[in-house]
Amino acid sequence: MAAVGIVVVSHSRPLADAAVELARQMLPNSTLAIEVAAGTDDGGLGTDAVAVSTAITAADSGDGVVVLMDLGSAVMSAETALELLDDDVRARVVLSAAPLVEGLVGAAVVAAGGADRDRVAAEALRGLAPKQAHLG
Amino acid sequence: MATLDTDALGAWVREYARAVTEHRDELTELDSAIGDADHGTNMHRGMTAAVAALDATPPADGAALLKTVAMTMISKVGGTSGPLYGTLFLRMSGALDDGSPAAFAAAFRAGVEGVVARGKAELQDKTMVDALLPAADALTEAVGAGQELDVALRAAADAAARGRDSVTPLVARKGRASYLGERSADHVDPGAESAVLLVEAAAATLGRS
Repeated sequence: MAAVGIVVVSHSRPLADAAVELARQMLPNSTLAIEVAAGTDDGGLGTDAVAVSTAITAADSGDGVVVLMDLGSAVMSAETALELLDDDVRARVVLSAAPLVEGLVGAAVVAAGGADRDRVAAEALRGLAPKQAHLG
Repeated sequence: MATLDTDALGAWVREYARAVTEHRDELTELDSAIGDADHGTNMHRGMTAAVAALDATPPADGAALLKTVAMTMISKVGGTSGPLYGTLFLRMSGALDDGSPAAFAAAFRAGVEGVVARGKAELQDKTMVDALLPAADALTEAVGAGQELDVALRAAADAAARGRDSVTPLVARKGRASYLGERSADHVDPGAESAVLLVEAAAATLGRS
């Protein structure tokens, strides 16, 4: 079983924490690593690429990391964070274009089930499918 | 020949921090018209932290100085300008070489190319790239033609300002301003404005080295 880690990058710490809470509700008793890098260090809105790289390192057990993010600087900070990582860690990281909340819930469920990194990343990208199917 | 050593580059960074602070409200006002109203605040926070980091741990050489500025901007700015300006200083740090005018021009170009790669913006998208690319071109050309550094940096600053002004009438195609579509036309781009300040700060300090 793989132990893929997940990182949530957001402008807002409360937004990221709430998204993680929503995902964890689906994972009773799971020890899945979900790390958050969100907000500025003075509690404001913003992203910090150094914090993102620290979160990726913390979430990485060697089986890879999937990074979910909100918009704007979250995307560029996640890309910049990759530059700050060692080559071997960087090679294990996937930055996901999935919508943050839906992607996180989908990714967390399969990651907690022991799926490998590519499967977790694919599930994140499928995150909008249930809502799209329902709304038609 | 002028050498862009730790003192010279430190003076540039400090002058940019001063200019960003002086223009903080103006940058935020420009950003409130077509963005999320944080550019002046973010740049002020980032550059103030960069100067504090240089004061706390004096860097060993010019490359280390630029790297400290880069890492501080990446970490402290909060908005998109953090990774963008951080990448500019980081790539410059890696390409500074001997600090000669030619090396500085090449390093500045490497920094600007880093911004282009990071932001995936092209000319006329109405971003900082519209000020930075013409500045890099002018600097490379003037230094290559054997101009004194102060003359070359003046040309670069003027090119940056012309680039910023050239995109003011346009509709933004990148960043938060692009959400506004036509409403972004006829506004000065805040990122282009802060980029002009960066090159102006270089002309005011490095040209005298």
